[in-house]
Amino acid sequence: MRLITAVIKPFKLDDVKAALEAFGVHGLTVSEASGFGRQAGHTEVYRGAEYQVDLVPKLRLEVVCDDDDADDLIEAIASAARTGKIGDGKVWSVPVEAVVRVRTGERGSAAL
Amino acid sequence: MPNSAAINAGDTAWVLVSAALVMLMIPGLALFYGGMVRVKSALNMLMMSVTCLAVVTVVWVLYGYSLAFGPDAGGVIGTLRDAGFSGIGTHAVTGSIPTLAFAAFQLMFAAITAALLSGSIADRAKFGSWIVFVIAWVTVVYFPVAHWVFDPSGWISAHLHVLDLAGGTVVEINSGASGLALALVLGRRLGFKRDPMRPHSIPLVVMGAGLLWFGWFGFNAGSALASGGLASVAFINTQVAGAAGVLGWLGVELRRDKHATTLGAVSGAVAGLVGITPACGSVNPLGALVIGLLAGVAAAYAVGLKFRLGYDDSLDVAGVHGVGGLVGTLLIGVLATAAVTGGARGLFYGGGFDQLGRQALAAVVVGAYAFAMSWLLAKGIDRWLGFRVSRDDELAGLDLIIHGETAYDIAGHTAGVGHRIGQSVSSSQAVPEQDAASAKIRP
Repeated sequence: MRLITAVIKPFKLDDVKAALEAFGVHGLTVSEASGFGRQAGHTEVYRGAEYQVDLVPKLRLEVVCDDDDADDLIEAIASAARTGKIGDGKVWSVPVEAVVRVRTGERGSAAL
Repeated sequence: MPNSAAINAGDTAWVLVSAALVMLMIPGLALFYGGMVRVKSALNMLMMSVTCLAVVTVVWVLYGYSLAFGPDAGGVIGTLRDAGFSGIGTHAVTGSIPTLAFAAFQLMFAAITAALLSGSIADRAKFGSWIVFVIAWVTVVYFPVAHWVFDPSGWISAHLHVLDLAGGTVVEINSGASGLALALVLGRRLGFKRDPMRPHSIPLVVMGAGLLWFGWFGFNAGSALASGGLASVAFINTQVAGAAGVLGWLGVELRRDKHATTLGAVSGAVAGLVGITPACGSVNPLGALVIGLLAGVAAAYAVGLKFRLGYDDSLDVAGVHGVGGLVGTLLIGVLATAAVTGGARGLFYGGGFDQLGRQALAAVVVGAYAFAMSWLLAKGIDRWLGFRVSRDDELAGLDLIIHGETAYDIAGHTAGVGHRIGQSVSSSQAVPEQDAASAKIRP
């Protein structure tokens, strides 16, 4: 199994969720995040002052899936989250050793 | 300054109500300022205002009233004869109202003017040092200046014949100049010009500004010290200038920043209200429109100066109150009309430069005195007690470190990271679960 983590622009959440549902994913965790990538933030004007805003608001999505699905799922998330402009975010995956469904005690793929 | 005139019931009722209205401006100011700071020091911001209400009241009863409005000594200060309100009973009269009503009304002015200063040193002042500063500041700066301008025998009132109904000099220029001195002594917040330091709750700011605007009717129209034509023109002028201030500030923002912000709208209201404070009893409503608009525009540009010049007047006490108060105090010399003042006329109404010169002199003297004395007091307290918290405490936020509480506990995780019995607060870290649990049930 693999844990896929995606950091995306907040307003792309609905598009990515729809893509995940179309793919047949049953579970998803979303949390608010902030950070920066290669372009390192942007400049904002407020109350007559210019600020360098280096931590930009993002959403972090986490999905656990079977190894076989991982590459396709990453592609599905990336294409749903893409606007083509800077700050679109990142998607990555790491191996997962164990998953347990708390209610039933099922383990592994059966718990997804 | 009691005299033998009879007490007027209508005047007394209006001044008592006005005193209560001005009192409401202090929690209003606390919310206005508290919403503007970052969440970690929001309560400290509220506390700096709220404690002014308590501390200045005590000082006022003991000797403050007497220094400001007791028997005159050379036009400079009152003597201590009326300390503790000794000898001032229910029959003592000031103008057409009981002296105690006048004293209650003026007490609120002293308290809110001291509270105004706190905005310039947001997020970084030691709480005990702030209390000591407030006591010293009202004694050395506020009471004398109030005597000069508000007492009929004070030198600015009696000899300079300056027009300042509700305190463009005493309250606004005074707090602006003093706030600037405080900001310079304490230095910039950590991360100034690097971190955005945006307001943590603009709805709180709007609520605070609303209370301020409401209370300002008492502040300005109550300063007539009578219920009649002067109070009425001050009342309508207050409303007009607040409204014009909103539009003036938003106009600058649209041109400069491309956004009309909520913070800008309420800041503009306050700037307009500040501008009309001295002038509310000297100009007609069209004059109030001009003053409010110009105060809003001037303050909107002035708040950007601190970033260019590098001083951290955090919540723009100098930028809004100093600049707005200066605009209003000077424009009396231009827009004062005999139809309202009953005599004095400004430049625009054929009065020449006479009144304008008097207004400018008073503004400069009060501003210079307030700045110099506040700078000396703040420096002295900084040497004696230290005025600024440590770097770690400033980064952690003053609410937990100084007050042992947080403004919002939405996740319910605050217990256990606050004040631990028998240990210094600043050294407390996240505590083991058992400690947190026992802290909750300890009576």
